[in-house]
Amino acid sequence: MTTQAENTSSGLMAKAVKEGIFAGFIAFGMFLLYVGIETYQNIDNQLVWRTRWGLLAVFVVVAAIGRFLTVAFFKPMVDRRKLAKAKTGVLEISSEKSFFHKHFLKIALIALLLYPIGSVMLFGPQGSLKYVDNFGIQILIYVMLAWGLNIVVGLAGLLDLGYVAFYAVGAYSYALLSANFGLSFWVLLPLAGILAGFWGVILGFPVLRLRGDYLAIVTLAFGEIIRLILINWTDVTRGTFGISGIAKASVFGIWSFDVSSPNYFPKAMGLATSSAWYKIFLFYIILALCLITAYVTIRLRRMPIGRAWEALREDEIACRSLGINTVATKLTAFATGAMFGGFAGSFFATRQGFVSPESFVFLESAVILAIVVLGGMGSLTGIAIAAVVMVGGTELLREMEFLKLIFGPDFTPELYRMLLFGLAMIIVMLFKPRGFVGSREPTAFLKERKAVSGSFTKEGHG
Amino acid sequence: MASGTNTMNDTILKVEHLSMKFGGLMAINDLSFEAKRGDITALIGPNGAGKTTVFNCITGFYKPTMGMITMKQREGKDHLLERLSDFEITKHAKVARTFQNIRLFSGLTVLENLLVAQHNVLMKASGYTILGLLGLPAYKNAAKAAIEKATYWLEKADLVDRADDPAGDLSYGAQRRLEIARAMCTGPELLCLDEPAAGLNPKESLTLNALLRGIRDEGTSLLLIEHDMSVVMEISDHVVVLEYGQKISDGTPDHVKNDPKVIAAYLGVEDDEVEEVIAEVESEGGAH
Repeated sequence: MTTQAENTSSGLMAKAVKEGIFAGFIAFGMFLLYVGIETYQNIDNQLVWRTRWGLLAVFVVVAAIGRFLTVAFFKPMVDRRKLAKAKTGVLEISSEKSFFHKHFLKIALIALLLYPIGSVMLFGPQGSLKYVDNFGIQILIYVMLAWGLNIVVGLAGLLDLGYVAFYAVGAYSYALLSANFGLSFWVLLPLAGILAGFWGVILGFPVLRLRGDYLAIVTLAFGEIIRLILINWTDVTRGTFGISGIAKASVFGIWSFDVSSPNYFPKAMGLATSSAWYKIFLFYIILALCLITAYVTIRLRRMPIGRAWEALREDEIACRSLGINTVATKLTAFATGAMFGGFAGSFFATRQGFVSPESFVFLESAVILAIVVLGGMGSLTGIAIAAVVMVGGTELLREMEFLKLIFGPDFTPELYRMLLFGLAMIIVMLFKPRGFVGSREPTAFLKERKAVSGSFTKEGHG
Repeated sequence: MASGTNTMNDTILKVEHLSMKFGGLMAINDLSFEAKRGDITALIGPNGAGKTTVFNCITGFYKPTMGMITMKQREGKDHLLERLSDFEITKHAKVARTFQNIRLFSGLTVLENLLVAQHNVLMKASGYTILGLLGLPAYKNAAKAAIEKATYWLEKADLVDRADDPAGDLSYGAQRRLEIARAMCTGPELLCLDEPAAGLNPKESLTLNALLRGIRDEGTSLLLIEHDMSVVMEISDHVVVLEYGQKISDGTPDHVKNDPKVIAAYLGVEDDEVEEVIAEVESEGGAH
């Protein structure tokens, strides 16, 4: 047995070396003219050429070694893993989970709770601003929006391309009611959610008779209509100028974050005056909102209404044959999703202190939808991971100063974020067509809870 | 027992002068028949005779062009099915159905499929979700009862071992049985089955017969469309034969089996007999 194994491994090495050399030759042939020779204009405007043997050598060596490593190590490893999987008979959803896997949610929650404290300790209050605000809050807003949209798209299978409309309704509800009536954040937060949910029902009524592509187009149009109303109804919304000076959230009306206020929170707590404390406070608010969204979604999935949503995604006609009022069921999904969008919107308004129609363009809807699809429709964990990767990734691009050394000082990496976004989506969809978490947790079980593979679930058609 | 036999013999579904027109095509033409409570009534006929159209009219998926469909419930309440929309027919009139091409929620587990079927009961118990979200015991009890009811039908359909598997993972025969079990979980008085034996092997067909008889013996009446004559002749109490959207025969399986018009419709007739049969049919139609 051992000799045979050695034989095959030495055979494999020989094969790998051969293929590596071959790849090197091909690379040499391909890049000789493109890389090895360069033409340029000299000072007399003459076209002259020079050779770049060093660079060509790098290309050839990378190709050769890359091919060698692929054949010698990477492919056998993949094959071995596939074989081992096939032998155990366990499909992609393994029952043996590591400690990290089992307690992933608890670890993630503790990490999130400690995140602002840790960043203040590491970078000081002012230095933590970037991490708490740009990364933490930004990502969590998208997590919440995507979880809200997940109810509509992931559970009920209704493709909504105008989700940002409800985000806008929530944001403007807060901005207008707070500016005109002086209501506080804690009164307006639920109110904004209710108003957005109400708009969800109003928009839903005419729209939900449609299915599939038609529904998607009409929701897209509604999203744009809301934005155009915000731009053109200048008496109320001040049009493209937007509404600025939106009141900050207070600590339940006890302390305030206005520096001029007598009970300024950091002063009351004996902390240095800094805007970082407010951001940390906001971080915990959006974290709590996210957790509420997750909790409600998890609970709703185990309710008859949540099961009806998923059944609707699977087969609408069968739903009707079982006595389920599909119109009412779709409306509740639409309204619930819209409500969470409204919560997120009012939070957005208080965080920015400024809202304008520019924040609610179609691109936002597309990004939120992309996060839901990438995460795996219906999976809260997958969507959270997708939001971290997508939103955190684009934020990270702003930090990539070193790229300027490679591509020149004019290079602004964040301009390429949509390009990278698209590239990342293509890659993920190629390798994980059902998103990061493709399987589905059943809502009830008789003997054991087995995840349902993504190959059985449907995406819904309207 | 007298009242018992009485309920066994009264009409559960009455179809009167039902017509359904698709553009210029008369899919059903003035069809009238009755189904008795506690019976298995079979609707048979060659392909394109309009059987599934009748089903879709009864279960509200089509609105009939003309005619009246009355569902008489056990408590004596009557529902005019042509006036109800599809989900109301299951919810209020207690008529459940299955589909010719199986329509399961393939991404949900077998158990979840049966729980979705109990949606209306559970919705009420959960106080239209609001009370259920608060975690009140009323909903918990109802949820437990729903799982028990589901388990009961899983046992009947011989699917208990597969309860936690996705419905899409079941074999074809098991999917057929699951669809019937799911329809039964809505608590129907009349169960309409559209070709339940299609695509089953003889052994599966036998277990299906047993399942259907069990359902009838528990007091649910059945109306079924079937091509498989062994199933029809074996289990049905009453057979209605359709051809070109019209009823050509109506009676016990034995009566229907020997009816020359049925034989002609199914097997065709010798050339010299055709005119004879046509004349016969026309004279009947004229008399009608």
